[in-house]
Amino acid sequence: MTSASPCEDTRAGASLTAEPVLRVRDLQAHVAGQQVVEHVDLDVAPVGVTALLGRNGVGKTSTIKAILGLVGRSGTVELDGTDLVPLPTHLVVRRGVGYVPEDREVFAGLTVRDNLRLAERRGSTHHYDLVYDLFPELHQRGGQAAGTLSGGQQQMVSLARALLNDNQVLLVDEPTKGLAPRLVAEVSRVLARAAQVAPVLLVEQNLQVVRDLAQHAVVLTDGRSVHHGPAADLLADDELTQRLLGVHADTGDQGRPADPEAPA
Amino acid sequence: MSTVVLLLFTGVGLGAIYFLVASGLSLIYGLMHVLNFAHGVFLSLGAFLGFEVASRLGATTWTGFAASLLVGALAGAVFAALTERLLVQRLYERHIEQVLVTVGLGLAAVALFDGIWGTDPRFISGPAWMGRTTSVLGANVPNDRFVAILVAALVLLGMVLFLQRTRYGMIIRAGVENRAMVTALGIDVRTAFTLVFTIGGVAAGLGGVLASHYFGYVSPLLGQTLLIFAFIVTVIGGLGSLTGAAIASVLVALLQQFANYYLAGTGDLAVVVLLAVVLLTRPSGLMGRRA
Amino acid sequence: MSSSTSATGTAYRGGARAWVRRLVPPALVVLLACLPLLDLRLPGVLPGPTYTPGTLHLLALAMVMAALALSYHLLLGVAGLLSFGHALYFGLGAYLLGIVMSELGLGLLPSVLVVLLVGVAVSLALGAVSLRVTGIPFAMVTLAFAQAGSVLVRRDPGRVTGGEEGLRLPTEQVPDALVGVADTRNLYWLALAALVLAFLLVSWVQGSRAGHVAEAVRENELRVRVLGMRPFLVKLAIFVAASVIAVGMGMVHLLLNSGAVPHIVSAELTISLLLMVVIGGVGSRWGAVAGAVLYVLLNQRLTVLAQAPWVHDLPAPLRIPLSEPLFILGTLFVLVVMFLPGGLAGTVGRLRRRQERADRGEPPGGADRLEDVDDEQQVPAADGARR
Repeated sequence: MTSASPCEDTRAGASLTAEPVLRVRDLQAHVAGQQVVEHVDLDVAPVGVTALLGRNGVGKTSTIKAILGLVGRSGTVELDGTDLVPLPTHLVVRRGVGYVPEDREVFAGLTVRDNLRLAERRGSTHHYDLVYDLFPELHQRGGQAAGTLSGGQQQMVSLARALLNDNQVLLVDEPTKGLAPRLVAEVSRVLARAAQVAPVLLVEQNLQVVRDLAQHAVVLTDGRSVHHGPAADLLADDELTQRLLGVHADTGDQGRPADPEAPA
Repeated sequence: MSTVVLLLFTGVGLGAIYFLVASGLSLIYGLMHVLNFAHGVFLSLGAFLGFEVASRLGATTWTGFAASLLVGALAGAVFAALTERLLVQRLYERHIEQVLVTVGLGLAAVALFDGIWGTDPRFISGPAWMGRTTSVLGANVPNDRFVAILVAALVLLGMVLFLQRTRYGMIIRAGVENRAMVTALGIDVRTAFTLVFTIGGVAAGLGGVLASHYFGYVSPLLGQTLLIFAFIVTVIGGLGSLTGAAIASVLVALLQQFANYYLAGTGDLAVVVLLAVVLLTRPSGLMGRRA
Repeated sequence: MSSSTSATGTAYRGGARAWVRRLVPPALVVLLACLPLLDLRLPGVLPGPTYTPGTLHLLALAMVMAALALSYHLLLGVAGLLSFGHALYFGLGAYLLGIVMSELGLGLLPSVLVVLLVGVAVSLALGAVSLRVTGIPFAMVTLAFAQAGSVLVRRDPGRVTGGEEGLRLPTEQVPDALVGVADTRNLYWLALAALVLAFLLVSWVQGSRAGHVAEAVRENELRVRVLGMRPFLVKLAIFVAASVIAVGMGMVHLLLNSGAVPHIVSAELTISLLLMVVIGGVGSRWGAVAGAVLYVLLNQRLTVLAQAPWVHDLPAPLRIPLSEPLFILGTLFVLVVMFLPGGLAGTVGRLRRRQERADRGEPPGGADRLEDVDDEQQVPAADGARR
């Protein structure tokens, strides 16, 4: 339980030679008295995208929330050599952890502009130029209440809130969930660009997106990390993807029907 | 006709006082999920200290009245901020204990006021104009109603401007919607907690001074009695909604006044019946979001 | 005391000790029953020897409040419902019994039956409405209903409640054995019987299927729903049970005090129940009893203190707090909530576990283990209330 070295499969991922930006060891998380994350070890590579994969309900979102301190947690989460576990969420974030939550979680009653202003992090420069370059639509809709936007536009706000600041690492939870194919490609493009600035830990069900973006992959089963390695190797191994993710790699999606939500 | 006009003004005046209590309660609950049983204490303290200051500066002068409002607001603010920092914040996220602590504080403070000011009501006098009436459409409306309505309207306006125009206002609005996400943007919401308590304390302190003029007396139980109606108002209006609190305050007070007059003094019961009806039809209140 | 946790605890600890502990409650009841016949003095705790009417009345009051606190424990400790309106049912029992006897001219026992039936009906109706919301809104709603009751009693519609003056016990309908100062010991025994009955009832409800489901609901409502049970009905059942016990205690209170005053329907009474249960330890039956007894005795002693001549000679900053019993009780309560989670029962439990670990030669300060928790110190219950 307390071993510092990740499970056997890690050694297959010998590509993780460079010092990771985020090092998670023996992470456990509790929600309402129940343990939802049992034992997670993972490293986020200093460049590119590390994908956090697994079937529904294995604890991917809880792992992300535990890294941020949004749920009760124990273990170690090292960012740049500092343990984040003793810190409250707002201090974790101020150390340069950007967060794009599942289901966007924009503030519906606030305007797009206020959503962004609220996200301006203390001690960081605010890259409005980058954000408006990536999402020109947000500039036009600045005065609109975020709750009245389409799902895709809300996802842009959510991504923009994180990208506005200087980040050491970005935690992105299912950014393409419920989006139409055209928007999935758009989000994918944005993430590729974001990953050039800061490394990304990405929870994603759409394996095509993972294939396009991720260099490394970590797989969870029942609240435990059970596989670490290059993303390409995992996706190339049909037997392995079938066993760990419950899908054939070539079908692209982990058994979740795409929500054909109409773009605005 | 003149009776209806009088009841309208009296009802809206009472609603103004309810709003001054309920607005703070609702904001505190909306952001922190704390039911603040000590809120009535902020009101009583404001009323008593306002009374003391006014009687020293001359209770019948406008200076005395203005000073009592100022002191009442200040007393409410300081006491509320201390309550939050010293008691509520130390029980961070433990909602039941937070409620219990405010219950204990309410009990202890009312007993202390009993000891200092006595259990009997202290009768209040204000500037002569406030004791007189103004004729509106044939009804002789006591002038203190207008003052209460004016102050409550200004407080509402001030709160709306604060919530809409300032960064902290934005944090509070966002926090009422989704507090976890606010912290996940790197914001320390605890400052906002102290702030909503302070704002609630200001409003309650003002409410205390105005209530003492409206009812004509101060007593240690004044605050806790109004608090119960303020609870009803916040549930009917929708917990966490300022607009809801404003609408429900007036609605509840009007219902109470009219039922008292036309239905043989059944105002308090009518309010409880309204509460039951709202709960059965819209459990989250008039303006509440589904929790 | 028949829950399964206590069974494992017994096996763990071994026979003799458990037997002694099992004998304590009946022995305590026997001792209490003998008190009116004894001449025991506890200076500083009791106002006089145990056979005197004044002391017996105080002890009887403490036992009625303990029984009432037990019924409140069903709401808060078992079902996790924070009610601010429990006094409504206590007051209903007291006032309605007096009214039924004097207005309908019924004898004591038929009147008791009528009042219990009305109690079931009222708590069913109000419980069904209040339980549409949970958590803090539930607290507010119960407060509002109780307030309506309180207003009703004070307004005195139809001249039946006596308004602020209160209602006098219609003594002509009550057996002579239960009337008057000389018969305080009979009332004392009645209160003791009521407390024992309340304890057994509360234990039975808590150990019943509804009690277990209610505790499960408190921990995780969603899971219970998934299992196909309806949390609403279970909570309503617990609510009605707690309310009916309170109605019963209200009736005993009417007999004990030869009358009823508006205070017993007020929010302040519910708040004092809350104080008792929390000081005693949320989730513990013995805690509720101990908290109530402590509260009643302390309140009485503090009232005596407030009238002491030496207090009157103190300077105001000392005199005023000391002459307000509720100030001291309120402050004590705040301190317990802040610094003594689990109240008396929780603290006793922690100390005992530490002692047992020492007995077994384990190092102190280790994590409290689940098998060490018996039903007198339900730590999970306290956690549940914290949520």
